[in-house]
Amino acid sequence: MAALQGVLYLVLGPWLVGWVRLVKARLANRRGAPAHQPWRDLVRLFGKEARVAHTASPLFRIAPYVVFVATALAAATVPLVAVELPTAVIADIIVLAGLLALARFFLALAAMDVGTAFGGMGASREMMVSALAEPALLMGVFTVAMQAHSTNLSSVVSHQLELGLVLKPSMLFALTCLALVAVAETGRIPVDNPATHLELTMIHEAMVLEYSGRHLALMEWAGQVKLVLYGVLLVDIFLPWGIARSFEPAALAIGLGAAVIKLALLGVLLAVAESVLAKMRLFRVPALLNVALLMGLIGLLSHVILEAGA
Amino acid sequence: MNALFVMLLIPVVAAGVLALLRPWHLAAGVNVGASALGLACTAWLGWQVAAHGVVSGAGFHVDGFSMALVALTAFVGLTTAVFSRTYMRQLYDSGTVAATRMRLYHAMYQLFMFTMLLALTTDNLGVLWVAVEGATLATVLLVSLYRTSESIEAAWKYFVLCSVGIALALFGTVLTYFAAGHLGAAAVPGLSMSALHEHAAGLQPSVMSLAFVFLLVGYGTKAGLVPMHQWLPDAHSEGPAPMSAMLSGLLLNVALYAIVRVKLLVDGSLASSSNPYLAGQLLMGFGLVSFLVAAFFLHRQRDIKRLFSYSSVEHMGIVTFAFGLGGPIATFGALLHMLSHSLAKSAIFVTVGYAARIAGSQGLEHIRGLIRTQPAVGWSLVAGVAAIAGLPPFGIFAGEFLLLVATVDTRPWLAVVLLAGLVVAFAGLFRHLQPVVFGAAPEGQRPVRAAMAPVLLHLGLAAWFGLAMPGVLAGWLHGATFLISGDTLP
Amino acid sequence: MLPSTLTFMQQLVPVLAALVLFLSFVLLAQARPLSAVHAFAWQGALLAAVTVAVAAVSGHGHLYVSAFITFALKAVLIPWMLHRLIRRLALDRSVEGVASPALLNMAAVALVIFSYWLVLPIVQHESGITRNIVAISLAVVLIGLLMMVFRQQAVSQVIGFMSMENGLFLAAVSATGGMPLVVELGIAFDVLVAMVLFGVFFLEIQASIDSLDVDRLNRLHEREDESP
Repeated sequence: MAALQGVLYLVLGPWLVGWVRLVKARLANRRGAPAHQPWRDLVRLFGKEARVAHTASPLFRIAPYVVFVATALAAATVPLVAVELPTAVIADIIVLAGLLALARFFLALAAMDVGTAFGGMGASREMMVSALAEPALLMGVFTVAMQAHSTNLSSVVSHQLELGLVLKPSMLFALTCLALVAVAETGRIPVDNPATHLELTMIHEAMVLEYSGRHLALMEWAGQVKLVLYGVLLVDIFLPWGIARSFEPAALAIGLGAAVIKLALLGVLLAVAESVLAKMRLFRVPALLNVALLMGLIGLLSHVILEAGA
Repeated sequence: MNALFVMLLIPVVAAGVLALLRPWHLAAGVNVGASALGLACTAWLGWQVAAHGVVSGAGFHVDGFSMALVALTAFVGLTTAVFSRTYMRQLYDSGTVAATRMRLYHAMYQLFMFTMLLALTTDNLGVLWVAVEGATLATVLLVSLYRTSESIEAAWKYFVLCSVGIALALFGTVLTYFAAGHLGAAAVPGLSMSALHEHAAGLQPSVMSLAFVFLLVGYGTKAGLVPMHQWLPDAHSEGPAPMSAMLSGLLLNVALYAIVRVKLLVDGSLASSSNPYLAGQLLMGFGLVSFLVAAFFLHRQRDIKRLFSYSSVEHMGIVTFAFGLGGPIATFGALLHMLSHSLAKSAIFVTVGYAARIAGSQGLEHIRGLIRTQPAVGWSLVAGVAAIAGLPPFGIFAGEFLLLVATVDTRPWLAVVLLAGLVVAFAGLFRHLQPVVFGAAPEGQRPVRAAMAPVLLHLGLAAWFGLAMPGVLAGWLHGATFLISGDTLP
Repeated sequence: MLPSTLTFMQQLVPVLAALVLFLSFVLLAQARPLSAVHAFAWQGALLAAVTVAVAAVSGHGHLYVSAFITFALKAVLIPWMLHRLIRRLALDRSVEGVASPALLNMAAVALVIFSYWLVLPIVQHESGITRNIVAISLAVVLIGLLMMVFRQQAVSQVIGFMSMENGLFLAAVSATGGMPLVVELGIAFDVLVAMVLFGVFFLEIQASIDSLDVDRLNRLHEREDESP
């Protein structure tokens, strides 16, 4: 069951990215490529030859695999269709953050490995953004975790399910905080433009500039899984209804359907935001992440002051 | 009650009239007339209070404490109005102040009187707050009357610092209301101070302690307690002389009045808690620090009005300390001190106003040889400083003496500190006074038209209070002493 | 008291109060006077909303009147007056340099924690949804004070002061279910008059030192060489 969920993530990743691109195109009055285009790109890339620069070390070849595996593992722990899976035991938010950090670490190292200017630039920018986004992520996560008295994702989701629809200031602030962090970490507008071809504006793209063939396919796939991961995280914590609590086929089907619908809606929201907002200048990004941290802090404080019922 | 309503109505009506009155030279006359009427009503009210002990109803509550201060306020208001008549005419003639500003000045003068009288007679803690804030607002524009950079800066500082302080006092008021709401008993006193005083023992100590801190910091800012006094020297020295006299003489008293009223509630509430003397200790601490800091700052002054403003801070510090010490002797001394200080300080500011006009500047090095240029002003200043510095037979000496007696009784080592501070302040004042009055007069100083009658009247009263007090006033003060300290003078 | 057992209105009160606190932070960070005025107007509107919610929950009728007065005064009238003043003083395009905004934010958070600690012994025996809002209101007051201390433009200082009054109003509503109407009216009147006077002052200050940077108002000092 757990393995099935992991595979589901891998499948959904490219679909979600394709869906977001389609909506953006439609919003821009274009017809846009069909939603399974990223799948076709991945298949095409797997078929191509992987050329590696002669200045690259073994790290360069290993990195895509490490990144992909770490991201996929992280994704597998997040409940998508059902809670209380066997992997739920390790589905700790801290573990999640750690796995993603591992992936990012290797990605940045590989970017600097070949010795090009753009790689180093992308790596340093990525590190700056993550360094600022990590505290905000942890702050938002702690706010949520304090309510469920555990950092285990399954417990958090179950707790939210039991609570029902309640308007709580701490959740509102945590939602804003995590949304901002998600945008920063997955490299979407207004932090980074995933469709840019101008190297000086790249953050994530600059790091994978040197890859080709199956290596590039793995890197792209990992990025897409990361997007689904963050999306599911947001959806799980704040809008968890529909998730299956048992393993009956009917419940699982409902869970799957609910997850897909929610992800689709989130995709539309993301596409609209990307169309409306402009990419921020790089030195303004810390201000945005400061806001995210502040929101997380206020959420935490709201929880302690307003809800904990001392 | 009629006396009370009429007394409060007169300044409001006068303010309205003065705001609309075009020929401003009538305004001064209206001002004096309104103040005289107000004083007459105050006398009427005073007679009622003397007869019945307390006049209360419809949200007002006038007991001995309030009445003494009300009488003082009305009296000083009248004498200052008389002084202001000649003084402001001179200012207008010399072109310092324009006609529209004169209208503003006179209208605000009466409004200021109204807010002070309201603060002193109301029973509602919230209305007290509104009135004290109103007094600040009424005088802010008057401090910047001359429209120089310095006066605008002083007025801005005054406005901002006092508003912030007052806002904190409002939080304290809200907390008090909160405590009142949880009395649990059948009676819901709301914000009525007299009712709260009766039920004080039922107020939660933790809430009232926090409320008192906020109220002390808030109203203490208005009273000029260190370290919230930063606005005082600037505001009192930059405004016109009548305004300085009123601010120093009257508004500080109103702020202290508010603090003492609140202290009564807090004492009642904390009486059975772990730290029953918290209010007194806080008052003593702030008072002592204010007193010492001001006494030392007196020596550094270069401007004559700032000198006396710091003297105001010093005296308010002593009075606060005395109220904090508690006990009938110290309390009676504090009340006597409050009255005498108002009289003497307003007299001094009037005299200093004339002195500054003689010398053409407020700087201490420019004002010299007043005795030779205009003996009336010179000798009045000497008498005024003697009164302020605490020489007998003036009332301040009596007040300080009583305080020292009480301090020696309870905390002897603090009496040493007090004495040392008094010596420092004394030295500071006379050190500056000597060249100002007795030095060689510079060239070209002419005497000015000075109506010294108010000054002499004030100083005479201050001396009289020091020696023997009229029975009615003594009755009020004794009543106040009993109310505040729970005991009568031995 | 689990939030899920409360009615919608009762849930709304802490949410709105938290938003008021958030707006305090937003106010602190604004560099342009006009955006600060807008943030202040929003804070006033939210304050009125909190009052309405508390009125709906507790059933005190006079709170509706208070809410209306607050909205009219703090969300409409005073922001309008400030707007006009800023236009008149030609400040609408100025940007004030806020010294170290990160440090200010941290100080503000510390103030929130401090006010919570301060208020805790008072409200822990309370019941009722509004008890924890007292900490929020004190935090808003203290953050307003912080804003007054660390901003150099007179307009920002005035907005900080008005924000303090917002916090005080919230305290009154949350701790005591609203002060007596007489007192509320008096306070509102005082705030309005204060605003008018601030307006007059801005014009005087600008006429005097040709800027509204109050750090430049520093001629009254106790310097040895001062000659008035």
